[in-house]
Amino acid sequence: MEFIKEFTNFLMQRKKFWLLPIIVILLLFGILLIVTQNSVVAPFIYTLF
Amino acid sequence: MLLLGISAYYHDSACALIMDGEIIAAAQEERFTRIKHDPRFPHYALEYCLSTAGVSLAELDHIVFYDKPFLKFERLLETYIAFAPKGFKSFSTSMLLWLKDKLFLKNSLQNELSLHGDRDDLAKILLFSEHHMSHAASAYYPSPYDEAAILTMDGVGEWATTSIAIGRGREIEILKELNFPHSLGLLYSAFTYYTGFKVNSGEYKLMGLAPYGVPRYAQAIMENLVDVKEDGSFRLNMDFFGFCTGLTMTDERFAALFGGPARTGEELLTSRHMDLAASVQSVTEEIILRITRSIATETGLKNLCLAGGVALNCVANGRVLREGSFKNIWIQPAAGDAGGALGAALAAYHLNFGNERKPADGRDRMKGAYLGPSYSQPEIEERLRALGALFDTVDDEQLLQRCVDDLAAGKAVGFFQERMEYGPRALGARSILADPRRAEMRSQLNLKVKFRESFRPFAPAVLSEDAGNWFDLPVDSPYMLLCAEVIEGKRRTMIQNEENLFGIDKLNAVRSEIPAVTHVDYSARVQTVHRETNPRFHALISLFKEKTGCPVLVNTSFNVRGEPIVCTPEDAFRCFMGTDIESLAIGNCYLEKSRQNPSLRRDYRHAFELD
Repeated sequence: MEFIKEFTNFLMQRKKFWLLPIIVILLLFGILLIVTQNSVVAPFIYTLF
Repeated sequence: MLLLGISAYYHDSACALIMDGEIIAAAQEERFTRIKHDPRFPHYALEYCLSTAGVSLAELDHIVFYDKPFLKFERLLETYIAFAPKGFKSFSTSMLLWLKDKLFLKNSLQNELSLHGDRDDLAKILLFSEHHMSHAASAYYPSPYDEAAILTMDGVGEWATTSIAIGRGREIEILKELNFPHSLGLLYSAFTYYTGFKVNSGEYKLMGLAPYGVPRYAQAIMENLVDVKEDGSFRLNMDFFGFCTGLTMTDERFAALFGGPARTGEELLTSRHMDLAASVQSVTEEIILRITRSIATETGLKNLCLAGGVALNCVANGRVLREGSFKNIWIQPAAGDAGGALGAALAAYHLNFGNERKPADGRDRMKGAYLGPSYSQPEIEERLRALGALFDTVDDEQLLQRCVDDLAAGKAVGFFQERMEYGPRALGARSILADPRRAEMRSQLNLKVKFRESFRPFAPAVLSEDAGNWFDLPVDSPYMLLCAEVIEGKRRTMIQNEENLFGIDKLNAVRSEIPAVTHVDYSARVQTVHRETNPRFHALISLFKEKTGCPVLVNTSFNVRGEPIVCTPEDAFRCFMGTDIESLAIGNCYLEKSRQNPSLRRDYRHAFELD
């Protein structure tokens, strides 16, 4: 939570809102990668891509 | 107020601890882990800093990281977007790293710090300083000036690659910056890569290679690679570089412009490589000279402070001193990223918390850069005994006398005394010393002691009071960061055959009374040795002068190629037993190679990955 707060503050201060969609997509992919590492759901995720 | 500065995760991680603005301890992690340029979290350096100050993690007021990860991430993203779809491979590699780790740096730092003690407010006490502000603070606050212009130049931090600032009292005001990808450090690194040396470590080899060549490519660099304005501001032509989109520094167009592919590994160095080195060195000097002249004109200041990796280019620094417009210059000895740890802590102390800076008293506040670990005499003896070393414990006078006798007899002497140096240079605390009057000493040290390339020059350590009698150096150079020429009176007249020598063969000519430390262009990377900061080293050179008339010694770092400078007595003994160093002085212990058990000898030549 603290990370999201700090990153939002950073974007507000830098006024780089156009980066937000890219960052959100990247973070979602990142979370997916981390969740699926050594996980039983990994084979199902792989079939989606 | 106790502040800890940390630099980590890129290269040369380090820690520095300051107490009420005074520097108490600072060290690079590589010295403890024995991995050159170790980028990992500096656990050992941190423990060392805390124990030296006699404090625990809980007693620290704040911990300051030397750059801002979000800003760096912003730069990476914007750069990849600007060059898309080129660079997808590099993008995916680096994004994985960032999304898994680097973006959550604050969490990582908290996790690592929690290993050093219980503290539940780590998130609150962690601060982040901008990369170039850390460099600027490391250059200005410890300097001997109350007011100075500050120039920081490196590869890249977050966005900035070159910053110009003014330091007055406790304030630092950044006046202007040049941003990525237009970077003098990266231009130099591109040529480091192209001539077959390792980026981030081989730059000083390229600088050492430059005097063998002719700057015949300088015009091509100025016309094609970099557009330099009168005030020294510049833009790189990104058509020739690969660092924004690829995983290499240069691309095919760069290779085509300079007549062939990049040199690889240990491939033979040719005159072309020497000319390339001379060319990029000459362009670098030209840019730095223009920048410093324009800063002097704009600010009207007489003092200049330098930091950032480019400030380790002592040849350029020497030219700024001689040909620039500043009366005095001071260079942070840990000018690279390791020094960012110190700068981050100092920036927080003065800028964030508003603490006043003590007025200058003519001396800098780096304590000679002797900020690392030291060992008591009983501790040294105990450690050496445990290693099976045979040694004599002698008093100061005997120790110095034995060392001087060995030096005068042409032996290489390991000199390990008191606190280790902070920064990349050995300054007489972790040094290998030799007689500079011997012409054969350079190749002997390069090939048998340091196991490194034969073209590499060695630096002189000279008594500060005698420096002007040997080198064209009007100021002190305590940190070996200024190059100066050997004065005419100490040079030897060359015969025609010697004048005509070419490339590496230039090494064969004896150019001065101290040939082992006189480079092929008569330059030398001088360290002036001061009684106030290193009395024992000063006494040693004084005794050598008494015996030989020469107040100069060869001073090279106590390590072999690819090895971090030794830190502990054990490291020193291992290096001693693995090389042709003939005697060793650790504290008041004197060791001779011939007396040691031969079974303790080891193959040291292949012990470290080549740099």
